Order: sequence, then C-alpha cells, then structure tokens
Amino acid sequence: MILDRARFPLWLAVALAVLLVLAGWSFTVGRFPVSPGDVWAALWSAIAGGESGLAKNVEAVILQVRAPRLVASLVVGAALAAAGAAYQNLFKNPLVSPDILGVSAGCALGAGLAILYSLPIVAIQALAFAGGLAAVALVVAVGSWVRGRDPILTLILTGVVVGSLFGAGVALVKYVADPYNQLPAITFWLLGSFSGALPKDLAVAMPLLAAGLVPLVLLRWRIDLLALSEDEARSLGLDVGRLRLLVIVCATLVTASAVALAGVIGWVGLVIPHAARLLVGASFARVMPLSLVLGAAFMLAVDTLCRTVAATEIPPGVATAFIGTPVFIALLAVTFRR
Amino acid sequence: MRRAIALLAALVPLATLAARDFVDDAGRRVSLPDKVERVYAAGPPASVAVFALAPDRLIGWTRAFRDNEKAWVPKKYADLPELGRLSGRGNTANVEVVLKAKPDLIVDIGSTAGTFSSLADRVQQQTGIPYVLLDGRLDTTPQQIEKLAKILGTEARGKELADLWRSRVDALKARIATIPHDNRPEVYYARGPQGLVTGLGGSINVEMIEFLGAKNVAGGEKGGLAQVGFEQVVLWDPSVIVTNDPNFMRDMWKMPVWTSVTAVRKKRVYLSPHLPFGWFDYPPGANRLIGLLWLSEILYPDLFRHDYPMEIATFYKLFYHQEPTGEQIAKMLAEPGVLPR
Repeated sequence: MILDRARFPLWLAVALAVLLVLAGWSFTVGRFPVSPGDVWAALWSAIAGGESGLAKNVEAVILQVRAPRLVASLVVGAALAAAGAAYQNLFKNPLVSPDILGVSAGCALGAGLAILYSLPIVAIQALAFAGGLAAVALVVAVGSWVRGRDPILTLILTGVVVGSLFGAGVALVKYVADPYNQLPAITFWLLGSFSGALPKDLAVAMPLLAAGLVPLVLLRWRIDLLALSEDEARSLGLDVGRLRLLVIVCATLVTASAVALAGVIGWVGLVIPHAARLLVGASFARVMPLSLVLGAAFMLAVDTLCRTVAATEIPPGVATAFIGTPVFIALLAVTFRR
Repeated sequence: MRRAIALLAALVPLATLAARDFVDDAGRRVSLPDKVERVYAAGPPASVAVFALAPDRLIGWTRAFRDNEKAWVPKKYADLPELGRLSGRGNTANVEVVLKAKPDLIVDIGSTAGTFSSLADRVQQQTGIPYVLLDGRLDTTPQQIEKLAKILGTEARGKELADLWRSRVDALKARIATIPHDNRPEVYYARGPQGLVTGLGGSINVEMIEFLGAKNVAGGEKGGLAQVGFEQVVLWDPSVIVTNDPNFMRDMWKMPVWTSVTAVRKKRVYLSPHLPFGWFDYPPGANRLIGLLWLSEILYPDLFRHDYPMEIATFYKLFYHQEPTGEQIAKMLAEPGVLPR
C-alpha cells in the first residue's frame, strides 16, 4: 500500500480536500439549527464588517461557539498528531504518543490544582500548560543528569516515572477535592472537551501552537535523520543532542497547549502518524505534513459527532479511544500482515 | 440441659441490647444500642443532619471546616476532627480511625440503592457498629430528620426542625401550585468553572428546581451530572440560570455567547451562597431548606419576597446552633448575584 514518493503530494491534496469538505459540513450541523446561508452571512459580516442581519443568538452560535470550536478541534488534532509523529520518529518507536514524557499528567496536575483552589478558567489553562512543561522539563533534567549510555531509553523510562508521579499527584488532588463540587469539575476537565473553547482561548493557544509546529515543519528533513542511528546521523554533520532537545521542546509546547485548550485527548497522536506512514512511508518529512492534515480532519470529525449526537456531550477523549482502538488494530493488521 | 440454660442466660443481655430494632430505608434491619452517644456520619448530608439534631453526639466531620466556614457554627463544633467519608463518591475514611473514634452508630443519608446498602452491610460486619442508611431525597427530608431523631432519642428537637421545614416548604408549594404551568421558568444549572456542567433529570444536584415546580432545561435526559456545549445552552435558552461558581458568575457577563442567552440578557443569573453549607446542592442535605426559600424567590420574584435576614437567622440558629451576626448576613447577601432582587 506504500506508494512511491511522487504520490505524496497527491495524498496530501486528497487529505486537504477531505478536511475542507468536513469543515464545511461541520459548520452547518449542530444542536442549534443554523442554515448554510446563516453561516455564510455571519462569517462574511465578521470578515468584511457590517451587520449580518441575523438574530443575536444565531450570530453568537456561529461566531462565538461553532467557529472557535471548529478551529480548536482542527488545531488540537493537528498538534497532537504532529507531536505524536515527531516523538515516534525521535524515539524510533511506533508505540509512542505525545504524552510519553509526562506532558498530559503534568497538565492534568496543574489543572486539578487550579480547580482545587477554585481559580478562574484562565488560571486553570495557564496552570495546565505550566504543569505540562514542568513535567517534561523534569524528565529532560533527570535524563541528562542520569546520562545513560542510551539517552533515548533513559528519556522514555524517566518519562514513564515522572508521568506516574504526576499521575499520583492528580489522584491525590481528586482525593482531597470536595466530592460534591470540585471532584466532578476535575473529572470533567480531565475527560477533555471542546465545548468551552472560546475565541479568546484560541488567541492564547494559537501562537504557542504555531511556535511549536513551525520549527517541526521547517526542520522536517533534518528531523527525519534522527531516525538513523546516532553514529550515522553524526557522520552527516547533525548535532543530534541539540536537534533532539529542539524536537522535545517543540512537541512539548504543542502538546501542552493542546491539552490546556481541550483537556486530555488520547489516541490521536498515536493512531494518526501510523495512518500517515501507511500512506506515504516512514519518512518524517512526508509523515509530518500528512499527519497535520489527517489529525485535524480526524479530530474535527470526532468532535462534530461529540457535539451533535445528544444534548449532552460525549467527551472527545472517550470518542477517540472508541474510534481509535479498532482503527489502530486495522492499521496493525495492514502493516504487519503484509 | 444445664448447658442450654447457661447459653440462654448468656443470650439474654444480647436480647435486651437488640431491643431497639430499626428498619432503615434500604430495608436493612439494624439493632440499635439503647443509648446513642457517639455518632459517625458517613457522608456530608448525614453530617449536616446529625449536627442539626444532636451536635454533641457528632464525633467529627467528613471534611474539616475551612477557615471561612468556621465563623458560621459554634467553635467547639467547627473544631471537630476530620474523619473522612465512608461511602458515596470516594471513600476517604480509614476504618481504623473510625473505630478509634468509638462511635455507637454510623449514619449515612443518600442513595439507598444496592451499592450503598451492601456497603453499609460490609462496614457493619467489619466494625460491629450498627450502620443506618436513610433515603436522602429532597422531598423526604422532614421524614429523614424525624427518623434520625427517633434513632438518636431527640424526638422533640426532630419535631422542631421538621416542623420548620414543613411550615416553610408547604407554604412555598401551596403558592406555587397556583401558578399556571406556562408561567413557570425554565432553569439551567451551571456548574463548573465554565458553567457547562449541569444536572440531568432525576439528578440529586438539581432536585430543588423541579421540587419548586420549575423546569430543568437539561431534564429531558435522565442521569447525573453531564457536560453540555454552549450551543445546547443557547438552544435551550433558559430564562433563569443558577450557579455555585463565583468565577463563572463573574466571567460570564463579558462573554458574547452567554449574553445571547435570555437569562443573562435579563440579568437573571444567580449565585448560591455556600457558608457553612451550600444553599443549592452541595451537600444535598437538610441545608437546602434555606436554599429552597432563596430559589423560590429567584424563580417567582412576583410571588415571594422573603425577609432574608430573619429567615437566615431563624434557620441557622435552629440548624447550625448559632445566629449569624448582622454583619455576616449582610456580607453574604452583598455578594453579586446572591440577592434575587
């Protein structure tokens, strides 16, 4: 099923087309009935200025609720898939997901503490972000202090350890939380959701996501070389240590921003890079852009389902697991049965 | 034969101990000790009820009082130790700590479903301490109080508390019954920092809304707490929003999506007070009586106009054993969104 390189632009174009169609469809469906014409009128008035002539609540649903939610699911899906692809390439391991270095656990602890102290949402997001960075910083610090003969393995092991330490912190926070008020809030936050994504959240998250994603995209050829053995990469004049740190920093930034925005959503970062590799081969330079697009499309489709099927939301983290598991098994079968 | 008599003789004191049999709301037959001096309340609603009826028998709280809560109850009760919860959502109590506190009785008020009933059996077996489980639904609150009073032997006090409950609630319900169904408000209960967690139909968290004849917009689906989306809230377009989160109360006014909702446009968003116990749903116990008065005026502002300082003083003095100072009451009512007028 792996196609020659010439087909990569084709697959990317197909994926982009799917993404655009999905986005158009997603914009017009939802609990609140909105016609495609209303969507167009609201968007046009938002871009070109002037009055849309729509009722205030219709306009609010389109511009304040659906548009940011659409964008949030697109960027979170793209970010998690790209970070997953980067980590899988870095660790030369297809079972790695974006939270391998404890980002999600760190984010969860930050958010849990903020909810425990009844802080406003901005602080919950900020502490989640800071918690994620702190966890990875700790992993990198411990990893470089240990300085094992195998730096990759050291990092993975440290990541597992720090992740479970922060996980224990989360459990403690839930344990001491008020069971009638804070515990549900923490549980719901940890399940993840796009239902609260607002334009101002995106305004904060987007620059951070871009700051992490742009270097990953620009350096994709060089990052590709990290999949080689250390000696081979060195002989090509690559500063492996620095590049590795750069990938970790970028992928962490991206994952932490995504989790701070939408909560803990698994599976996207694991499954999507596999799907991308299946289509265009193992080269990171090709997997990375395709993962971005496929991740965005997948997350958008999942969130559209989550927000339309019932009056109450399905947590996207749960939906990605339900959809991701069979997809992953199918991918495994296709990959290894050949 | 002699042996059999000796055995019988040995059983006699046991028989007298078991003289007070009680069938709890889960249908469990529990032998109560003659005198109940030390009570361990297994969850927050039970703590409130035992504290209201017989504060000197309460041996501790499920969670220690925080500083801002301490000022609202007499110091000796506020300083009772933290023993943790034994049932409900998450066990934090250590059975050894509970045993060390030597309770004569364990009481829990809440769900009487199989899980909790069997949990009660297990704890009773494990500790040898009688464990009574009472139904915690809002409409049975006065009966809960009276049953608990009977168990504790404080019937007079139980009658006083149940009478206050009945007199207030019956008056509310009688007047609400006259309102045509079309004039009853649609209410959204906004929980969580974003206000997007709410209670579905039948959830213990939103019992008060339907108890007072209003409609819970999220009541169409049955269940407990659930996450909903902004879109759904705009679609429901509730005319009243009740929250328990001061952060949400403050931030929501600046958000265009919320200002497109009728309740926000008409400034009918209310924040429930929570000292020392919540007025709306946390914990869902007898503390909700003052909340019912409060909510009735929020739902039907043309019908009710309660004298809050007087009602708060009466309720707090009777249930929490200390009349709040005028300053405390004024400060509580002055928080934005608390006073429904």
